[in-house]
Amino acid sequence: MSIDSPPAPAGPAADGLAAQALQRQFEETLAADHRIEPRDWMPDGYRKTLVRQIAQHAHSEIIGMQPEGDWLLSAPSLRRKAILLAKVQDEAGHGLYLYSAAETLGADRADLTDKLIEGRQKYSSIFSYPTRSYADVGVIGWLVDGAAICNQVPLCRSSYGPYARAMIRICKEESFHQRQGYELLLTMMRGTPEQQAMVQDAVDRWWWPSLMMFGPPDADSPNSAQSMAWGIKRHSNDELRQRYVDMTVPQAEFLGVTLPDPELSLDPATGRHRFGAIDWDEFRRVLAGGGPRSAERIARRRAARDDNAWVVEAATAYADKHASEPRS
Amino acid sequence: MHEETVYDALTAAHGDEARWAFGTGFDDPLAGVDTTIPEGVDPADLGGYCLMLGDDALVLSQRLTEWVTRAPELEEEVAMANIALDLLGQARLLLSRAGSAGVLGRSRERAGPGVPDEDALAYFRDAAEFRCSALVTAPDGDFAHALVRLLVASTWRLALAVRLRGSRDPVLAAIAAKAVPELTYHRDHAARWVLRLGDGTALSHRRAQDAADAVWPRTEGLFTATDVERRLAGAGVGVDPAELRDEVRDVLTRVLARAGLLLPPWPADAPPRGRAGEHGPELAPLLDRLQVVARAHPGGTW
Amino acid sequence: MSDLTAEGGHGAVPTGPDVPVTPAAAAVRRDWPLWEVFVRGKRGLNHVHVGSLHAPDPEMAVYAARDLYTRRNEGVSIWVVRSADVTASSPDEKDPLFAPSGDKVYRHPTFYEIPDDVPHI
Ligand SMILES: [Fe+2]
Ligand SMILES: [Fe+2]
Repeated sequence: MSIDSPPAPAGPAADGLAAQALQRQFEETLAADHRIEPRDWMPDGYRKTLVRQIAQHAHSEIIGMQPEGDWLLSAPSLRRKAILLAKVQDEAGHGLYLYSAAETLGADRADLTDKLIEGRQKYSSIFSYPTRSYADVGVIGWLVDGAAICNQVPLCRSSYGPYARAMIRICKEESFHQRQGYELLLTMMRGTPEQQAMVQDAVDRWWWPSLMMFGPPDADSPNSAQSMAWGIKRHSNDELRQRYVDMTVPQAEFLGVTLPDPELSLDPATGRHRFGAIDWDEFRRVLAGGGPRSAERIARRRAARDDNAWVVEAATAYADKHASEPRS
Repeated sequence: MHEETVYDALTAAHGDEARWAFGTGFDDPLAGVDTTIPEGVDPADLGGYCLMLGDDALVLSQRLTEWVTRAPELEEEVAMANIALDLLGQARLLLSRAGSAGVLGRSRERAGPGVPDEDALAYFRDAAEFRCSALVTAPDGDFAHALVRLLVASTWRLALAVRLRGSRDPVLAAIAAKAVPELTYHRDHAARWVLRLGDGTALSHRRAQDAADAVWPRTEGLFTATDVERRLAGAGVGVDPAELRDEVRDVLTRVLARAGLLLPPWPADAPPRGRAGEHGPELAPLLDRLQVVARAHPGGTW
Repeated sequence: MSDLTAEGGHGAVPTGPDVPVTPAAAAVRRDWPLWEVFVRGKRGLNHVHVGSLHAPDPEMAVYAARDLYTRRNEGVSIWVVRSADVTASSPDEKDPLFAPSGDKVYRHPTFYEIPDDVPHI
């Protein structure tokens, strides 16, 4: 349990008048665009929604290590291997920062990990797709980290202090992720025709899933309004998705690839892009654990936990034995 | 500041670099270093020596990377990746030096033009052309094996790097100077874990002991000089590994004693077969995995 | 239907009430304890809280902090403190603890109006 665990709602807080005053203070803090900190009073729904969002955000970072991690041992140059290893390592750090933020709300990392492995908490659907060639590493950096940046940058202003602070650190690292991916693709597009075809194939497979990362349309997101009122969601799903498409289309043109959507076109009146219908049935199936690699992703987390439990226990036993020794 | 562009929030309003600063202090370890090969040294010897040390680092880095997404706890995941990255960095510098000394052999033609020396050597040599020791090629059974092997490998390599800082080859000296603090950290990290596993639970003790028993025989070739090493040691460029024996054994003996582990018998010194390209069957699959993409795309650029 | 809706993060995840958040009551205690990490960015600066991590003991905590929070050369010195050992002021004490300084604006440099053309102030 963290130092920042919320205080028990006991004593005068249970009293009706005091509760109203606390609620008012909470709302005034939000209205002033100030941050809520862990030991502040907060509504139970706010706390629970935050734990859901932060914990599953953390799960996404950790599971997200695997699709690219599958290419770590086979990166085609030592420079690319170093870049990819540093990137995948960053994602472990992101997960860790986020679990820490969730722990300030009274959650417990081991318990959250269990809930992920049991399928009771989810992770982003995008990481249940397979990586079929090294071009996928570049496309994940460009599209998936690019979409994540669109989602995550506004979270740097989340009303919850520890989450906002974790996101600032994470976003700084993400910009390297997206750039390394795009640079890899630019390099491959200057390579052999076979390499160019690999890039196009990867774009074809990842484009639609990347659009799904922003979640269902606003009309189908009943939680959005409350989350936005609480300042833990800053822009609507559709707004972020639109921003991502507008940002990505010129990058695709520069790269020389075609985005796999015949309906994609620029609306000259608004300066924004129109795009085709997203397959939300696929999104729901994958999010629920029915993606092509869902079982494998969770199985690896389970193995990491279970096969190494003896290591964790050993260190705990050692610490207990040596706890009273003076430290050097 | 409500109309954010993607990078706005990264740059604006967070000028508190004391808290978040990163990205400074990445110096090129070879900046300003004279790269001419020292007088009286056979470039083939220098290159061959760099291959030995570079291949050790590359293969051990690959073994550690196998743990990424599979390590116990996230903190250890990050630590193992850091160590793998350090070793990969050492490998790249050493293989580049081998390349500049002209020992590329057939890897140059196989790689084709445009492929840097470090990649030609890493991706376009076969197992018999690798010069790594048997210590680093062994696959890891469990975490205890990974950390005991890291302890032995980093103890040996640190003892070597400390001496190589005084090499007459300024490039080797600079690479060693960069490596010493890295290897000190690797060795300490491994030692901390060996203590905790040896003196943890009954199960971890048994696994740590099994790991030590499995790793120790693989040290048999570590202290026998090849002809190349003997000549380079004589020229003040390399180190005779026999010189490392006492120090390495002393460190390992003390760590195992503190961990409550039985010291396995030291194997008799044997010829360093790995330095001659003779490896166990475990190296070929490791290299297949390493090289598969690079070899599948001749003329590819990455 | 709430399990079919999703909000942001690193890609959409469901945030409706069907996603459990309460820690399992009888959870086996597998976790290493939590540590708070403070890093001195460079000489002359204070140690600043940068985050937390799990580690079995103080020594491992320091080294994990080095790997995690200073791998881009962000620091010259690290402190770790077991989270459980930190005593924090409670929000209920907020007023008596922090209110007195609220009216002492003269402690803040911006209280003093100084013409723009005075150098180096
Ligand atoms: Fe991330
Ligand atoms: Fe990322």
